[in-house]
Amino acid sequence: MVPRFWRKIKYRYNLIGSYCENCGNYFYPPRNLCPVCRRKGKIKEVPLSGTGRVLSYTVVHQGENEGKPYIIALIELDEGVRLISQLVCNPEDVEIGMRVKSVFRKYGEDGKEGIIYYGTKFVPI
Amino acid sequence: MRRVAVVGVGCTKFGELWDKSFRDLFIEAGIEALEDADLEGKEIEALYVGNMSAGRYIGQEHISALIADYSGLAEFNIPATRVEAADASGGLALREAYLAVASGLHDIVITGGVEKVSDVGDAMEILSCSADQEWEYFVGANLPALYALIARLHMERFGTTEEDLALIAVKNHRNAVKNPKAQFRGEISVKDVLNSPYVAEPLKLLDCASICDGASAVILASEDIAKKITDTPVYIKACCQASDYIALHSRKDLLTMTSVVKASRNAYKIAKIEPKDVQVAEVHDVFTIAEIIAYEDLGFCKKGEGAKLIREGETEIGGKIPVNTSGGLKACGHAVGATGIRQAVEIVLQLRGDANGRQVDAETGLALNIGGTGATAVVTIFSR
Repeated sequence: MVPRFWRKIKYRYNLIGSYCENCGNYFYPPRNLCPVCRRKGKIKEVPLSGTGRVLSYTVVHQGENEGKPYIIALIELDEGVRLISQLVCNPEDVEIGMRVKSVFRKYGEDGKEGIIYYGTKFVPI
Repeated sequence: MRRVAVVGVGCTKFGELWDKSFRDLFIEAGIEALEDADLEGKEIEALYVGNMSAGRYIGQEHISALIADYSGLAEFNIPATRVEAADASGGLALREAYLAVASGLHDIVITGGVEKVSDVGDAMEILSCSADQEWEYFVGANLPALYALIARLHMERFGTTEEDLALIAVKNHRNAVKNPKAQFRGEISVKDVLNSPYVAEPLKLLDCASICDGASAVILASEDIAKKITDTPVYIKACCQASDYIALHSRKDLLTMTSVVKASRNAYKIAKIEPKDVQVAEVHDVFTIAEIIAYEDLGFCKKGEGAKLIREGETEIGGKIPVNTSGGLKACGHAVGATGIRQAVEIVLQLRGDANGRQVDAETGLALNIGGTGATAVVTIFSR
């Protein structure tokens, strides 16, 4: 898992997406090939605003995080791209449409000796 | 393209089958299908098997050759192919087998699905590999969480309730009482579902299909040969597949599985039928919300009206369009790669009049098998 995580560090530590100069669409996660224009596309990496709103959410009770409940949300960023991420707040406070922003947080670790996984999570604005 | 018929079906019991190995399972399903078709075995010209993750579930790859070998077909050196599309592997294997006969390449083929999941610890973790590992599963979005996002939005936009979701589980458990192959053969109440613990809100334990062991098989033949083999051939009128963006966040509309819409519309067109002509259906109720969305995307009702269909009892046995007469994934259990073929077995039994105790009056049936959250959909239409 280490190389697999390491390759994507740039995109996990920062909120970087793709922009196609041919069609003007933003994409997240980053893509090498524009799914709209394919060969005619001109993809470049762009930092994303990190602010957006919650489209849907769930409190996961049986998942990762050592059995502790956590919130997964589908978020639409202001650029119009969508992503799935963890939301850090009180589960009772979440509602569809709420404004959120990205933050740098820990996701997990490979045991006591292994690497620590960091990435982007979101918090209410 | 030639007409293709199902001439034999077989299925093991689904469940936690501690005393049965991977090999025991596919042999049992295959033998039952051969006996049903009254074939010896050597007539089989090719084998297609659907399996999601034998590599992770039992540490065995190259299972197409393994299955051909242990089914006594190594002597004939027939082509044997494994097909993988997460939990749509079975449906997709059926499609490959159908194409092989329809094209004229082979006259008699066997297709099956098999999964042995109870030998490893975390079956749900492996099933969640059907989602995007790097951008969904990494952040903790496992399969229940992804379907929960869909369910939450459906409730918000269309007024679907947790009770509506529970009604799907209650119906499917009731149907499974009459299915000897089902894992759970006891009735449950709406209250039981609502009182079960949350897995990923609003989905509770009894909204989720259990991942289990099982195998299933069907034998296909060209029309002329089918008529010599059996008096009750069931024809495959269409078998269509569609794909979609693998991750939920890439799709334009969370509440429509475009793959299901495309595959079903193609299938209806080829079979020359409309959604209202479907008289019995097996759909992919891996979570209860998935069955409600399937009603809508298959065209059994308008978008947003799926919950109304279950509330009014239209999809019960005896209703306008009975769905998951077998008990579905919910109560049969979800033997991952075997599920798509198990669905086909149920529709064939229904159309032949062999679905003892849960029989409906139908001449045309449909099976919908989905991979992951809908990045693969296979729709097959059967007719007497």
